[in-house]
Amino acid sequence: MQQRQLWTVLSVLVLAAAAACGGGGGDAVPAATAPPAFDPATAGNLSGMVMFEGELPEAEELRMNSDPNCAELATNTLSNTFVGSDGHLGNVFVYVKEGLEGQRFPAPSESVAINQQGCRYTPHVMGIQVGQTLQITNSDPTLHNIHATPTANAEFNMGQPIQGMQFERTFENAEVMVPFKCDVHGWMNAYIGVLDHPYFAVTGVEGMFDISTLPPGDYVIEAWHEQLGTQTQNVTVATGQTAEVSFTFSS
Amino acid sequence: MRDAANRAASRGLRRTMNWLHLYARLLCAATLVLIAAGGMVTSTGSGLAVPDWPNTYGYFMFAFPLSKMVGGIFYEHGHRLIASIVGLLTIGLAVSLWRLDPRRWIRRLGVIALAAVILQGLLGGITVLYFLPTAISVSHAGLAEIFFCLTVALALFTSPGWRRAGAGRAHAPVADDRMLLGLATALPLLVYLQILVGATMRHTGAGLAIPDFPLVFGGLVPPVWTFPVAVHYGHRVGAVLTALVIMATVGRLLTRHRLRRDLVWPGGLLIVLVSAQIGLGGWTVLSGRSPVVNTAHVATGAALLGAALLLGLRVNRHRFPDARAAATRARPRTNVAEPAPRGALA
Repeated sequence: MQQRQLWTVLSVLVLAAAAACGGGGGDAVPAATAPPAFDPATAGNLSGMVMFEGELPEAEELRMNSDPNCAELATNTLSNTFVGSDGHLGNVFVYVKEGLEGQRFPAPSESVAINQQGCRYTPHVMGIQVGQTLQITNSDPTLHNIHATPTANAEFNMGQPIQGMQFERTFENAEVMVPFKCDVHGWMNAYIGVLDHPYFAVTGVEGMFDISTLPPGDYVIEAWHEQLGTQTQNVTVATGQTAEVSFTFSS
Repeated sequence: MRDAANRAASRGLRRTMNWLHLYARLLCAATLVLIAAGGMVTSTGSGLAVPDWPNTYGYFMFAFPLSKMVGGIFYEHGHRLIASIVGLLTIGLAVSLWRLDPRRWIRRLGVIALAAVILQGLLGGITVLYFLPTAISVSHAGLAEIFFCLTVALALFTSPGWRRAGAGRAHAPVADDRMLLGLATALPLLVYLQILVGATMRHTGAGLAIPDFPLVFGGLVPPVWTFPVAVHYGHRVGAVLTALVIMATVGRLLTRHRLRRDLVWPGGLLIVLVSAQIGLGGWTVLSGRSPVVNTAHVATGAALLGAALLLGLRVNRHRFPDARAAATRARPRTNVAEPAPRGALA
């Protein structure tokens, strides 16, 4: 009889402990992850331009002959480091650096993709949210390795020897930027900005960017370029308005 | 009749040992090629071009198609293949020594070489799987040189010249020249230390931390001291020190032991190699770390270590067990029967 009581007490204690570990966390998580009381109707937008002062450095011609497949596949043999036209600068990652502290933005369910095509990474610069799925594809009929060298996230290096292979990865921490490289083909590199919010953009060749549906407030905006470094600017976003900000890099 | 049979057996053993010596030399040469191949892996930044180990992109390594050996895979997978050949050659040498060589310490050295090459393979795998951690990569580079030294030593110990000297037919001894003993003993250690500093510089990306040569930021001493600058500068200072010790050693050889051709020629080789090595080091910096030049620098460094070891071992020949035994036999003793020789290798 006493033994049965002992087992009953122990079972209750175990269940209580399990409830405390699992259930307590469950209560806390929704409160912490719930998006702030932000009415999209009050949102504003941010847009702008990234310029390059002077003449844009000439794009370096990449030598892809260490892999005959790449030499055959390549449609673009120019480096993506400096792209742009008429004083506009492309492949610049623009994002909200400060001003969103304390707010939580759940990771989107849609994945974002990076592709290895023509022995190049497409896109060369991109952004992703913490916890969002990154889909990595090898579209080439040659093998690649995907080697990410982050500092705030776990480093990984995976082989994709077969055309059409796909892997999925997520990042646990915000980090600007995570470099990607292929050690088989030394010219292949890409950069991914990992953020805990969705307010980022990458400039195209015309140097323009748009960040929409931003909660009204004061922000620090940073523009990052792989060789030219970073620049920041303060901006105020008001409801229903589109704030404008521009950056000018020089060599 | 028994003498004739002993002589025939001795001749047979001598022939076998000569073949073993050639085999050891082959292993020594293959190891130097392997070090150069490893140098190309690092110089071309291909260390992680094959992300898995011991397989290659999921293939059993010997079944990986040659057509897929492209870009960085050519260097990394090629390095692994050459390493496998060296590993197999080492197994062959260790087994042969164990079965054929009457000297117990040589047999043990063969086993140590085998253990070293296995450990080296494991370090190579670990450094790939853990994304080239500096400590493991430098250890891999350091153990490569130790293994090369073992192959050089085994090639020397199995050579007819070394065996003759062990049988009491040595050249004029250098045991009394304390300065030469000190220099020739310290030199391989100094070169090895210099190689370790070079490997640290290489694996921490400090190869161009000082961008000019022969000056240092236009002067003789760096104006700033960061870790990369310090390790790079240390390597340059080490090069000067090594060259000075080599010059002192060779100077001593030429003034006191010029008739010892077995010592003078490694000394001459050291002078040639250290001159080439300093030139290649400078060229590596001025070429912005050209992979071929950088690799030639690594391989010449290994050759320099091998030559220093060769000289050091020959100078210290009298310290080895068989030489001590031969010296004891040669010493006149009264009322003591001379021990019977244990064949040609005794």
